[in-house]
Amino acid sequence: MKYVTETIVLAVGAFIALLGAAFAQDRLFEAHMWVLFFVLLASTLFMIRRISFAPVIASRSSEHDDGYFDEVIRYGVIATVFWGVVGFLVGVVVAAQLAFPDLNIEPWLNFGRVRPLHTSAVIFAFCGNALIATSFYVVQRTSRARLFGGNLGWFVFWGYQLFIVMAATGYLLGITQGREYAEPEWYVDIWLTVVWVAYLIAFLGTILTRKEPHIYVANWFFLAFIVTVAMLHIVNNLAVPVSFLGVKSYSAFSGVQDALTQWWYGHNAVGFFLTAGFLGMMYYFVPKQVNRPVYSYRLSIIHFWALIFMYIWAGPHHLHYTALPDWAQTLGMVFSIMLWMPSWGGMINGLMTLQGAWDKIRTDPIVRMMVMAIAFYGMATFEGPMMSIKSVNSLSHYTDWTIGHVHSGALGWNGLITFGAVYFLVPKLWNRERLYSIRMVNWHFWLATLGIVIYAAVMWVAGIQQGLMWREYDEQGFLVYSFAETIAAMFPYYVLRAVGGGLFLLGALIMAYNVTMTILGYQRDEAPIPGATPALQPAE
Amino acid sequence: METYTAMRHFADSWALLAMTLFFLAVVAFVFRPGARKAAERAAEIPLKED
Amino acid sequence: MSILDKHAILERNATLLLVGSLLVVSIGGIVEIAPLFYLENTIEKVEGVRPYSPLELAGRGIYVREGCYTCHSQMIRPFRDEVERYGHYSLAAESMYDHPFQWGSKRTGPDLARVGDRYSNEWHVQHLIEPRSVVPESVMPSYAFLKETPIEVKTISMHLSANRAVGVPYTDEMLENAVADMKAQADPNADTSGIEARYPKAKLGDFDGNPAKLTEMDALVAYLQMLGTLVDFSTYDDAAGYR
Repeated sequence: MKYVTETIVLAVGAFIALLGAAFAQDRLFEAHMWVLFFVLLASTLFMIRRISFAPVIASRSSEHDDGYFDEVIRYGVIATVFWGVVGFLVGVVVAAQLAFPDLNIEPWLNFGRVRPLHTSAVIFAFCGNALIATSFYVVQRTSRARLFGGNLGWFVFWGYQLFIVMAATGYLLGITQGREYAEPEWYVDIWLTVVWVAYLIAFLGTILTRKEPHIYVANWFFLAFIVTVAMLHIVNNLAVPVSFLGVKSYSAFSGVQDALTQWWYGHNAVGFFLTAGFLGMMYYFVPKQVNRPVYSYRLSIIHFWALIFMYIWAGPHHLHYTALPDWAQTLGMVFSIMLWMPSWGGMINGLMTLQGAWDKIRTDPIVRMMVMAIAFYGMATFEGPMMSIKSVNSLSHYTDWTIGHVHSGALGWNGLITFGAVYFLVPKLWNRERLYSIRMVNWHFWLATLGIVIYAAVMWVAGIQQGLMWREYDEQGFLVYSFAETIAAMFPYYVLRAVGGGLFLLGALIMAYNVTMTILGYQRDEAPIPGATPALQPAE
Repeated sequence: METYTAMRHFADSWALLAMTLFFLAVVAFVFRPGARKAAERAAEIPLKED
Repeated sequence: MSILDKHAILERNATLLLVGSLLVVSIGGIVEIAPLFYLENTIEKVEGVRPYSPLELAGRGIYVREGCYTCHSQMIRPFRDEVERYGHYSLAAESMYDHPFQWGSKRTGPDLARVGDRYSNEWHVQHLIEPRSVVPESVMPSYAFLKETPIEVKTISMHLSANRAVGVPYTDEMLENAVADMKAQADPNADTSGIEARYPKAKLGDFDGNPAKLTEMDALVAYLQMLGTLVDFSTYDDAAGYR
């Protein structure tokens, strides 16, 4: 009898959620527990329909335990595409809200609640699912072993989706800790910790049971990402709840200590979630797609240790000229600048992997996407250290320059490398000869790139202009602009930013269509990309 | 203030030197001639059949 | 036997990698964060900073809930233009009871660290209900629903004791009187001697224009009106700390 225990656990969970709603200390907890109840109830009903009462032996034999555990990765790839579209769509909405404030619908769809939804949807839902799916794929292939823990992989996937749903509905209800990129409240944090430990067990267990003597470097990055995010998540979310039946908690730290703890977390969410994990993707998928080993394996080892050591120190550059002690600011700045070197070491390593196969940039849109991703990584990791210099930061901080910077990293690096990996994975996972359409990948590439360039350039100009307007004096020694005037000056930029984001979203929708059609088994009748060999996809 | 000054002096001198030496040692170790073969073998891992 | 040996070595490698990575990523955080708790010069000694009154704390909860930090900072940097625009640059001591801190990272709207006493209660209420009726250029959303939403009073002492658990010096007396203090602060006819003694400089009286009802608007405006007003900066030289 398959899935009986799982179904019972879900039903008990739904019942506990119901009790939580009944005895809630505040309205928000009650509402959130109702959400949880209906999610778990729906899952229970779904599972009941799937329970198989066939004898255990018979159902066992239908599984092939010897192969790779790819079913969960297929779900992960679909979730990545789905959450990507959702995250980008919400991004376009919040961008439009800043240009046209009447688009705010109080209370649930006000900017202050939707903005965390956007950031979390992109970072945790889109990038998080991409990381889980690709890490499961890479660790099995490079270890030549099945994913450890049997159904643990399913628990990680579905548990993570539950975390996303609880976090997202919580934001709209107004349940937040008020810590950037760590907004979910204490009970959702505890749930994520449980899921994350299961993720670590599944990943590390696969490495431990591997048949390949060496641990491939991509797995190092994934492992460091998992472990460090666990550490950051636990320390930054230390808090005392008001009640075990209420949403609100108070952070264990206050003021200046709280600020540095939060930005130690916040910057390393970038450093480990959005960089280390994605470098793991780069070190596997780029060599695979160009069919060449990584340029210098030994450079990748230095890259790894230098990167994970230095990133951790960079947090204080988010707090330049604040009440944080000067020594901590300086330390953060110095390490941020030094971080440029390992970052570019990794970029060079990724780009030079194409050595001898540069023509693939012209002939293979997936390679082009990956190369552009690495190029944006290089740009963002140059701009970042520059902005961490205190005198530059005095201008850029609090302005949209920062927003432009993170988007050139998130859309350019994380987005494009994920799209590349998705395009690589889909035909492989569903046993298709090739993608539905290679030309659509090309369209996606250009729409995304144009969108990012517009976005980043516009925000760069907007940020510098606003920063300069804030500090402009006239000859009598008075400030020239009121704050309100600097907001009015942002209007055209905010409209253009929404346009750039819209182009990026359009590209993602094309990808969603392309991926769907590939999964359904269609092949678009189209002329091959000029210069590409007829059999483009199955490169191996 | 005393603790701060002492820690600052230490960070600016010995800690800095130790970190630099450690970094150079790691680089030297990783790029030692004997490691070439193992690295090349490891780099081939993703390209084997899957 | 040889297989067992090999397996042990492999396992040690992966475990070593795990432990090694964890050690390497711990160093930076420990060196930067831990001293902040021990170095005596991290938070300057300042007169006047006190725990939030119950109503202010509830208002701060709404500030956090609505994500005000996504557009407003509460951290004035020591530059001439910022000090002239917003007031004396922020001191670490001023947020020492802030769980969590709300320094923010983006100024789509202006800094709020010293917004207290700058505008009238009526202005704040009108601005929160319809921002563009008082600041035409504003892109702020409307928060009219706050005026209709009654604030939860009965659980406030639990909020105070949770804050005490993380180090805010709320006294037993403050906890006992939390509900009464919360109501009294926004009631123009109440006896406010107790709350004035417990929370010096607390702003008193009706905030949202409707004395009959204690709403979330009362709480949020009470919080906004005390921001940056606790420390007396009249004796400080603003320019002394300029960068």
